[in-house]
Amino acid sequence: MKTGAECILQGLQDAGVETVFGLPGGAVLDLFAALYRSPIEFLLTRHEQGATHMADGYARATGKTGCCIVTSGPGATNAVTGLATAHMDGIPMVCISGQVPSAMIGNDAFQEADTVGITRAVTKHNCMVRHVDDIPRIIAEAFHIANTGKPGPVLIDIPKDMQSASTDVVVAGDLNIRGYQDTFISDDKQIDALAEAINSSKKPVLYVGGGVIASGATAELTALARKTRIPVTTTLLGLGAFPETDPLTLRMLGMHGSVMANRAVSHCDLLISVGARFDDRVTGRMDMFAQNAKIAHIDIDPCAIGKSVAVDLPVLGDAKDILIKLLDRVEEIDRGPWMTEVAGWQKSFQFEYDKNESELLPQFVIEKIYEVTGGDAIITTEVGQHQMWAAHFFKYTQPRTFISSGGLGTMGYGVPAAIGAQAGCRDKLVVCIAGDGSVQMNIQELVVAVENDLPIKIIILNNGYLGMVRQWQEMFYNKEYSATPLLPGRYARREKVPQSDYLPDFIKIAEAHGAKGIRVGEKDKVAATLEEAFAYNGPVVVEFIVKPEENVYPMVPPGAGLMEMIQSMA
Amino acid sequence: MTKGNDVNHVITALLENRRGVLARVVDLISGRGFNILSLNVAPTHDNTLSRMTMTIKGDDHVLEQVTKQLNKLVDVVDVSDLSQKRHISAELLLIEVSATPSERAEMAKLAELHDATVVCVHPNSMTIQMAGELDKVEDFLNLLQEGQVYELIRTGVIISPRDGTVNSEQ
Ligand SMILES: Cc1ncc(C[n+]2csc(CCOP(=O)(O)OP(=O)(O)O)c2C)c(N)n1
Ligand SMILES: [Mg+2]
Repeated sequence: MKTGAECILQGLQDAGVETVFGLPGGAVLDLFAALYRSPIEFLLTRHEQGATHMADGYARATGKTGCCIVTSGPGATNAVTGLATAHMDGIPMVCISGQVPSAMIGNDAFQEADTVGITRAVTKHNCMVRHVDDIPRIIAEAFHIANTGKPGPVLIDIPKDMQSASTDVVVAGDLNIRGYQDTFISDDKQIDALAEAINSSKKPVLYVGGGVIASGATAELTALARKTRIPVTTTLLGLGAFPETDPLTLRMLGMHGSVMANRAVSHCDLLISVGARFDDRVTGRMDMFAQNAKIAHIDIDPCAIGKSVAVDLPVLGDAKDILIKLLDRVEEIDRGPWMTEVAGWQKSFQFEYDKNESELLPQFVIEKIYEVTGGDAIITTEVGQHQMWAAHFFKYTQPRTFISSGGLGTMGYGVPAAIGAQAGCRDKLVVCIAGDGSVQMNIQELVVAVENDLPIKIIILNNGYLGMVRQWQEMFYNKEYSATPLLPGRYARREKVPQSDYLPDFIKIAEAHGAKGIRVGEKDKVAATLEEAFAYNGPVVVEFIVKPEENVYPMVPPGAGLMEMIQSMA
Repeated sequence: MTKGNDVNHVITALLENRRGVLARVVDLISGRGFNILSLNVAPTHDNTLSRMTMTIKGDDHVLEQVTKQLNKLVDVVDVSDLSQKRHISAELLLIEVSATPSERAEMAKLAELHDATVVCVHPNSMTIQMAGELDKVEDFLNLLQEGQVYELIRTGVIISPRDGTVNSEQ
């Protein structure tokens, strides 16, 4: 005999869960009572959104399924953004929400929300427990669904009485989910057709997304690229899937991608997409995307293939399995003229910024982070200009080292994701690259890092603006900075703001949470400050006061094709 | 992608016979901006499964995408768009039409010609029950004149492949 609550925790342990993030409340008191006596490590967050992003960051850093527990009503609604973030990016997560007692459901009971209804569109699957006997099976199924096929978040809503009830059914038994397909056997004919297309292509390009990382196929991808000498570009979520130090790298493509990547995609005759989904931020204007190319698409999600672009060579299945088979069937071919063309672009179009600028530039800070860490760190980001600079000026060589909200673009993601990543990788240096706007959205979680000895480093690039939005206003809305300045109103005209007048005072915020805070505004102090922060044995917030109106370039304007990049304002 | 012509698609699916599953399916369809023209759901011979049949108007490519996404739902065991294949369809209707005592015989005759039956006679109207393939139903409805129909209640079309077992050759 076990209670439902005990069955839940047994299910988590059986699924290999070591760490859970969350926050208690009335509807999960039974579960937390059982947790008190469980070996599972629990990190108490200060907001449920923080819990979901921590579980997400933990999952992205470790490859394991992240797990969080929230209470009913407001606990569950607070979790929605985190579920949606994980859903968009295909991140495995199981979220357990408490629910009011079964008999009260539908009565507008205290802290009741229709959690299953609310989260339906932002989860891979969700369900409510109706009988305590079902708990072991439902928990096992949730982890299976979250981490197979295209991964994603699963929510289980568990009424309070289901947690306190007892049951004899304490093991899950064999899993048999008849409506769910977890494995896709790749089709040899499709792989042969793709191999043949690669062998006869004169100008191929590999376009790689987060699916390659999810599949654990980075070694296979790298082997394929090197054997066939095909240049590689990645999406934001694909950063780290292929070493950006390799001569074949074209870096990131898309709206804020490199000119070399966007040129190569526009000129190639075969575009081989692996685990990417032709997102509109990647393709730009669709009818101008890879116009001269046959499109091959390797993906585990049948819905992704042919969704936004017509595919000539579909290959359905797991990237690793397909890349291994492909590797045997492709030939080492000398594509001299294409390599020369690509090398020309690589020479002319690296990411750049003005090295002669005397004011501190955000790009310079990221470059220094790269130099000081030697590239050996897990980087998480918030959302905005700093996120793009983190992609441009740090070179990623390992999977699971770049952690960022791509699909949903969730401000407030970076800080809790860093805490989750650090909880999963205690020995790694974890650095959160943040903007002054985004960092305020979940800064309360800093306490969690301090309390649990998770020595994350938060680097704030303080430009005094919701910078990415300001950039769009500068470029497309007449420079009317409506609601984007973050500094006090009296500085609205942007005369030089004294550092002492910046609000909020991030140093005090750091210190109030028990962390160390350092503020820097001069170029020559950047490297030494970073070294000090990274060496410090605990969480640190480093605020860099950077040039306020710097823009992210290159940029494909909205509605334009990838060849129509703006390379600077001049 | 180029936009094709909007035509009616009849999508049939086997669902887990559980709470919330229909809501999930309908959510997915309406979330993509479709209007469901007709919808019919009931348990099958296997009580743990329900058969759902749905008519949606839309472009072929988009509908193919919707079908794939339905297939991905964990509670959806099987889906197919049978409108493009050889199929048998049927629908049940209750139609209340105006029929004064002097018009009754003529209306009853018209119903009979379409294999429909008069199930109830009221002082100045009658209710006709009709079941049949979509074309036949439409033929009959087209014959009725404007203003003649007081009430039209339809179950929505249900569909089965001519070649036997639904969803067998997916
Ligand atoms: C939750 C949320 N709200 C609004 C936005 C829209 N948005 C995108 S970037 C951005 C500005 C971010 O400012 P900051 O964090 O300072 O970064 P910067 O662009 O200045 O580097 C905003 C408001 C968003 N992505 N997420
Ligand atoms: Mg900013």
